[in-house]
Amino acid sequence: MEPMGKVLVITPEKCTGCRLCEQVCSVFHDGVSNPARSRIKVMKWEAEGLYIPMSCQQCQDAPCLIVCPVKAITRDEKLSRVMVNHNICIGCRSCVAVCPFGAMGFNVIDRKNFKCDLCDGDPQCVRFCEVKAVDYMDADRVSIAKKKAAAEKITAAQRQAIALEAESH
Amino acid sequence: MALDRKIAYIDLSTREIKIRPIPLEVRRKFLGGRGLDAYLLYNHTKKGCDPLGPENTLMVSGGFLAATLASATARTHVMAKSPLGGMLGSANMGGFFAPELAWAGFHHLVIKGKAEKPVYLWIKNGKIEIRDAGHLWGHTTTETQWAIREELGDEDIKSLVIGPAGENLVRFANVMTGIKNSGGRTGMGAVMGSKNLKAIAARGTMDIKIAHPKEALEYNKRFIDQITSAKVNQTQGTLGTPFIWGATNSWGGVRCRNFQFNQELYCDEIEPEAIDEVCTETMGPYHMTGCFGCQVHCRAQYKIPTGPYAGVYDEGPEYTSQGAFCGEPDCRSIETLLTGNHLVDQYGMDNLETGSIISWAMELYELGILTDKETDGLDLRFGNDEALLEMVKRICFRKGWLGDTLAEGGIIASEKIGKNSFDYLIQVKGVSNLHSDERATPALALNVATASRGSDHLRSRPAIDLYHLPEPVLRKIYSTPVPYDGPLSSEHTEYIGKPWQVFWQENCYMAVDCLGICKYHTVFLGATLPNFEDWAKVIYYNTGLEFTPREIWDVAERCNMIERLFNLREGLQREDLKKGDILNHRYFDEPTRRGAPDVVGRVIDKEKFRKMIDEFYEYKGLDKNGVPKPETLKRLGLEKEPSHLL
Repeated sequence: MEPMGKVLVITPEKCTGCRLCEQVCSVFHDGVSNPARSRIKVMKWEAEGLYIPMSCQQCQDAPCLIVCPVKAITRDEKLSRVMVNHNICIGCRSCVAVCPFGAMGFNVIDRKNFKCDLCDGDPQCVRFCEVKAVDYMDADRVSIAKKKAAAEKITAAQRQAIALEAESH
Repeated sequence: MALDRKIAYIDLSTREIKIRPIPLEVRRKFLGGRGLDAYLLYNHTKKGCDPLGPENTLMVSGGFLAATLASATARTHVMAKSPLGGMLGSANMGGFFAPELAWAGFHHLVIKGKAEKPVYLWIKNGKIEIRDAGHLWGHTTTETQWAIREELGDEDIKSLVIGPAGENLVRFANVMTGIKNSGGRTGMGAVMGSKNLKAIAARGTMDIKIAHPKEALEYNKRFIDQITSAKVNQTQGTLGTPFIWGATNSWGGVRCRNFQFNQELYCDEIEPEAIDEVCTETMGPYHMTGCFGCQVHCRAQYKIPTGPYAGVYDEGPEYTSQGAFCGEPDCRSIETLLTGNHLVDQYGMDNLETGSIISWAMELYELGILTDKETDGLDLRFGNDEALLEMVKRICFRKGWLGDTLAEGGIIASEKIGKNSFDYLIQVKGVSNLHSDERATPALALNVATASRGSDHLRSRPAIDLYHLPEPVLRKIYSTPVPYDGPLSSEHTEYIGKPWQVFWQENCYMAVDCLGICKYHTVFLGATLPNFEDWAKVIYYNTGLEFTPREIWDVAERCNMIERLFNLREGLQREDLKKGDILNHRYFDEPTRRGAPDVVGRVIDKEKFRKMIDEFYEYKGLDKNGVPKPETLKRLGLEKEPSHLL
């Protein structure tokens, strides 16, 4: 078995707020353009220019999975995702209530919940996001970018210290 | 389905609202967006109506492809008779309003009459309500938007609003959505103000069915790759439109000191890279944002670094703000630029017109045509940053004789100021020119002179003419979807072949305006970007309607002709200085003083210019006076206008 699998990684500061992810999500899954059906949603603080895409984190110990009274929600280890079986789902919205990220949607037309399924391994939100605010990468790579950025600061400080030392001699 | 989006007729006087489908026949003739708005304007206004009276009709629309997968289908269009020049009024803006309107079930709004008291429209999922806006009156553009969200309890509401300038009937007040998306030109905000209409709020969760979702997704991906691979768009995505001003200034193509100079010197502080630095310092490295669904993200975010508005957030500045608050009034401070940009955004007035008209007043002041008496003691010399910003406020609130006078727009103001002030007003059809100088570029001069909404660069400018593209490349672009075997020249100072380019661009821009797509996604600044063939495909994949590229061209030609018919009805005459297809005399009489060797010392040759107009008219099927020939109207199916199909 492969060790970890890929995960959806969101870097909010890169998001331009265009909401193309919402649009392609609804077209891919439902054949319609309608952000109300999108599994991903860009939360906005327009007055400050802040945009934060929110989607399912595919939790390991998923509250939605635990709370589901009919066991319609399961983990698919192959793609490391949480899936809903709509044949079993009774539309009680317990999962919607407990999700800490608001990532479980409820479709008022079909009266069923809906969530990110990682488009079976080719997330469209990632595919269309040119600035890579939403990315899909091996789980072990997730913290690498931050590690590197932090390390860069340290090396810069070190270089500065060495330079200062050299100057003083 | 895009095809099931509706049109609503809203009479603010009687509070009557009618909602109707848009027949397929109308779609095939006019598609939607600006084109269909033009048809509606021609059919729903009477000749000679008062632009600020209840009899003027205001059209608001999203494009035919709004919110579909055609890449950046974000554009909102507003149209009415213009209070600025009395001709065609039309303005187009990005942002998120048009898609929201489409998800709420509508493509077109036709707004008539005048509300007794301030109101706003609340549009949600197929329903329209007229609500009291007394508490919103007096608020700035963003205050209004946030207040509506709070009142209706929904943060996803997108609104189209006016600020104090629109309320005060400043004749170049704009219509705004978001922080800085502006339907800027031709005073559409004043029209809203005259109707006591403070805002139009939209929110929708209605499906837009995509006819062929798989193909639409794949083609959109291709579109995006094509669009983002263009160098010009990559630069736009980093520096925004200030890069254009910087590049144009480098060879001497911008307007300074109200047309006295064509290049601004010693302006390091307002160069695109310097602006970018402030954006980075105040908003971080990822400070570019964009409109709905767009991967170009050409809009910068910034906080004003210094001065009385230090720390205030805004977006932009764009090319026009650089022209308005730097080049034209000859101010060179980034604080002035960013502050001026913020003021016009908040007041809801067109930055371009504001900067132009103040610079015109500055020249008149230096010439002694305006004196301290008219300015109430304000030292209105060029380069006075404080006076510039003070004038912005005076115009918005119609303060003092000059503020009130300039708020009337150039033509009326020139009549009030008198003397030979009109000679210095750089306008066409009552609308100020973009802050660019076209004396070295005949193609661009022809575009400015003949643009339907008055002097303007977004109606027919062959901007790629500046790139000196090889003739075979030009031919490839300009001979489809209709054949053209006439001359084409790579030389931007030439007159030859330019009328065809302007004619082609006029149809190209009309097509994107009908579809609701941004011009950065077509042959505007980039030569390799999508055009008619691509649109035929995206229309089919998204709506299921089959159009050939040639049929889209025909729609565009038809819509441009409707705009022409409207202007003719309102008194357009070929060489009428206030209502014609003619430039200010300075284009012909005063040579450029600065710029690159092939730019300095240039004027537009009047005879050659006349010949260009003749040729341009011929392509459009107009006679020598600019009036459509009967066979042209027949060919375009417009012989029975107004036909009242809608």
